[in-house]
Amino acid sequence: MDKDTLLDWYRQMVLIRRFEERSDELYQLEGKIKGFLHLYIGQEAVAVGSIGARQEGDHIITAYRDHGHALAVGIPATQVMAELMGKATGVVGGRGGSMHMASKERTFWGGYGIVGAHISLGVGLALAEKYKGSDAVCLCYFGDGATNIGYFHESLNMAAVWDLPIVFICENNKYGMGTAVEKASAAPKMVDKAKAYKIPAKQVDGMDIFAVHEATEKAIAACRKGKGPQFLEMMTYRYEGHSIGDRTRYRPEGELDKWRDEKDPIATLQNHLLEEHSMSEKDLVTIDEEVTKEVDEAVKFSDESPLPALDSLFNHIYPSNVEAN
Amino acid sequence: MARLTLREAITEALREEMHRDENVFIMGEEVGAWGGTYAVTKGFLEEFGENRVRDTPISEMAIAGAATGAAMAGTRPIAEFMTINFAFVAFDAIVNHAAKVSYMFNGQFDCPVVFRAPGGGGKQLGATHSHTPDVIFAHFPGLKVVCPATPYDAKGLLKSAIRDNGPVLFIEPVALYTSPKVRDEVPEEEFTVPIGVSDVKREGSDVTIVTYGEGLHVSLDAAKSLAEEGIEAEIIDLRSLQPLDMGPVVESFKKTFKAVVVEFGHQTYGIGAEIVARLQDEAFDYIDAPIKRVAQYDVPAPYSGELERSALPNAERVIAAVKEIL
Repeated sequence: MDKDTLLDWYRQMVLIRRFEERSDELYQLEGKIKGFLHLYIGQEAVAVGSIGARQEGDHIITAYRDHGHALAVGIPATQVMAELMGKATGVVGGRGGSMHMASKERTFWGGYGIVGAHISLGVGLALAEKYKGSDAVCLCYFGDGATNIGYFHESLNMAAVWDLPIVFICENNKYGMGTAVEKASAAPKMVDKAKAYKIPAKQVDGMDIFAVHEATEKAIAACRKGKGPQFLEMMTYRYEGHSIGDRTRYRPEGELDKWRDEKDPIATLQNHLLEEHSMSEKDLVTIDEEVTKEVDEAVKFSDESPLPALDSLFNHIYPSNVEAN
Repeated sequence: MARLTLREAITEALREEMHRDENVFIMGEEVGAWGGTYAVTKGFLEEFGENRVRDTPISEMAIAGAATGAAMAGTRPIAEFMTINFAFVAFDAIVNHAAKVSYMFNGQFDCPVVFRAPGGGGKQLGATHSHTPDVIFAHFPGLKVVCPATPYDAKGLLKSAIRDNGPVLFIEPVALYTSPKVRDEVPEEEFTVPIGVSDVKREGSDVTIVTYGEGLHVSLDAAKSLAEEGIEAEIIDLRSLQPLDMGPVVESFKKTFKAVVVEFGHQTYGIGAEIVARLQDEAFDYIDAPIKRVAQYDVPAPYSGELERSALPNAERVIAAVKEIL
């Protein structure tokens, strides 16, 4: 992997982390973000490493913990932050909020709040490509908790029956809200559920961006060759609660510290850059400062942005060709 | 001009649209090799091939969700539910996803999906397979809900639904599919019927009957009998429940001052409640008598034939309701 790519990954992961830290403050200390806020801190390597393996035209669809994916597909931090603050300049004009980021031009289809539902939409995105005879692939993200809902099983089965070009990416962060995987899932390994549908499935160290990238690249290549759906179980960990207000009392003491101290995805890549690419601490601090500035600017931009016009309330209920009721 | 049944008109619309636009395809349970459990897509697999006529697993959530996703990505899927009763299983995919993506993502993408669903009771299929839940789906902004009562409207409305850039639930009254009484002239040349436009199906000056779907034919029978007694009913066919076109309803009511709403769904919270509310709001000064509702009684559908039919609207009940307010 060339140094520029690694630096780009590093920058993206640090951006997500600083962005999420700042969002947390804006919610809890400043009251500028309302509603739901699901932070991605700890899982950065999954979005950055896997989205880094896609080519233009490949689809991305994910669940409600979507800020990381939104930033990784290249939506400017200004637009993501403005969305969190409910501003007209948000990526979806303040209509979606934290859970519902999307950008058609980046073939990033959202951001969905109903657990597991979007997996079926992802199957549809892949179906459309297969139907049209293109070689585009869909990367479909969801959590471990989503593997227990009917949508998941119907969708995997349908994708397998129809050999659709979709990479199912399960971000296993050990908890569905506050319920540990082993308490909620009779199958302790998510890959086993995929294998039941004859879908090639692999567990991946989701804290290691190299492993994430390599596994995703291979899975995408298999899809493009017409080998049907692929499944990756990214073993990862979310440092913050499920959402704001979750005090994570369900976690064993020391578990978070262990993941953070031993497996942190940013620290891991940082060490690699220092040791293998003769980067200096100073170079990396500079990146961190630039990113912090980018987040500050995003907040400033959002603060100064207008709220959505009240007369836009009824816009887009129906697509443009038909008048609203 | 051919005389078609309602089912034949639907089949024609599907076939013509598939020939017109290669992005249109059909997916659903038994739509291919079986030819559709109501034979609507008979011969389609041979004519259009497996890519465009897709037999699905029994997976309504995935059928509705995948059709929605495929629509977002630029194709125009027609997802068939074997019956509307199975759409309950896919309720989230329909009302919480297909109906939301345009608005929630600020109009960035269209969602041109049609959900076709045969509906209605009276066929001795028992409590779980006999619903007329149309109004439930019509409650949600973002989803259009259409239900034709004639072959002409069925063909024209289905074409409009397929060409619409947003999600449409297209409800087909099973009881009318092959009914010889419903058979009608349908032009062979290209035509469409716009969604969201009510239609006067019979003119009259004494009472306004507001209805749609199967209710139209019950109302026409009632009007025929009433006419023999010198009572002329005007019948408005809503055709679309969402968007709802009240124009012709209000116009007619301002002429007759009396109205009866006839629907095959349950009465409580039914379309009748909405029509009554709107009439008192939009034409309060014209109300001469209570506005009556004739609907399916609030009871689950029993199996036994006569017992089941006794819960559904019929011409006698419509006539009685009209006479009560005249």
